Amino acid sequence: MEYLVLAVNAVLVKNILLAQYLGNCPFMGVSKKTDTAAGMGMAVIFVMTFATFITWFVHYYILVVFNIEYLQTIVFILVIAALVQLIEMFLKKSVPALYRSLGIFLPLITTNCAILGVAVIVISKDFSFMQSIMFALFSGIGFALALIIFAGIRERFEISHIPDAFKDMAIALVTAGIIAMSFYGFKGLDSSLKSILIK
Amino acid sequence: MKKSILQEFFKGFWEVLPPFRLVLGLCPILAVTTLAENGIGMGFATTFVLVFSNIIIASLKNFIPKKVRIASYIVIIATFVVIVELVMKAYFFAISQKLGIFIPLIVVNCIILGRAEAFASKNNIIRSAADGLGIGLGFTMSLFLISSIREILGNGTIFGVGIMWESFEPFGFMVQAPGAFVCLGMILALINLVPKNQ
Repeated sequence: MEYLVLAVNAVLVKNILLAQYLGNCPFMGVSKKTDTAAGMGMAVIFVMTFATFITWFVHYYILVVFNIEYLQTIVFILVIAALVQLIEMFLKKSVPALYRSLGIFLPLITTNCAILGVAVIVISKDFSFMQSIMFALFSGIGFALALIIFAGIRERFEISHIPDAFKDMAIALVTAGIIAMSFYGFKGLDSSLKSILIK
Repeated sequence: MKKSILQEFFKGFWEVLPPFRLVLGLCPILAVTTLAENGIGMGFATTFVLVFSNIIIASLKNFIPKKVRIASYIVIIATFVVIVELVMKAYFFAISQKLGIFIPLIVVNCIILGRAEAFASKNNIIRSAADGLGIGLGFTMSLFLISSIREILGNGTIFGVGIMWESFEPFGFMVQAPGAFVCLGMILALINLVPKNQ
């Protein structure tokens, strides 16, 4: 039940893209078509969960043990970069079908701040191992959801009349603002759900 | 024609002004710009990392093998980010608490990696330093612009000092997440109104 609250919180209330502002570069970059957005979303869910899995162990069993937590940033980004490369090679060899649909997004993911962001957040919030994995998984789902909704709206721009100054990025940002506002409507949902579950 | 060092420096203020001309590094722009103070802190931290990583990458460019260049750039950038993180914790504790997770995230700020790949790996040390300083200060300026708009409208203050009239009702929307997106979109549209080659 605890995980249900965590899920609602990570997907809807504190959506990683719209409320925590993480991972906005790919949000603006790969959201012109729904299928590419879906591909990127899947790749992010996959890598985010896997990366958090590894960095959690690295933090508690290497950095804490040797008392070098201040190297967190540098170690995490290296682990993530190496992991992305490894996943890419593994997929290319063993699951070519999946590689063809996710492959082009994988190199972009290394510099997606949402991945490093989630890895750092779970450490700073002292989440347990299970909580961390769940948080990463649901954050990834929240990212994919927001990205796909946004791409769906952006596809419509092609047939609508937009003032010249607003073309491309400016209108995209205003649209993102309006989506963020609608996600704002979920505020408080997690705490009311919690109180219902406790009763 | 090659640009002079001064031109390399000043192009960061308008021609390739991040994040308006180069739409990169949006996360810090949106996240830390609720107060002007935070915006400036973030800007200077990024400038420091940008200048020093550009210098180091430009001086090592002949030794870094092509195949592992991105990984090497990330290690160099991450080193300077750790330095900034520790210095800010030691001397500017209050502001480092407010910026929180966004200081380690300077590592993945695409502006820095973008400049390393597009500029520092092809130019000499002095030009790279000028480029880094110009882009960094341009970025700081943009952060200051957005954060002051958001702080004035959202809180009625600037650097914590009230400047609006007494009956002014703070426009809370501006300091929330949706306000960040809309505010940035509006500024981008305004800048687009100005013709590009002037």
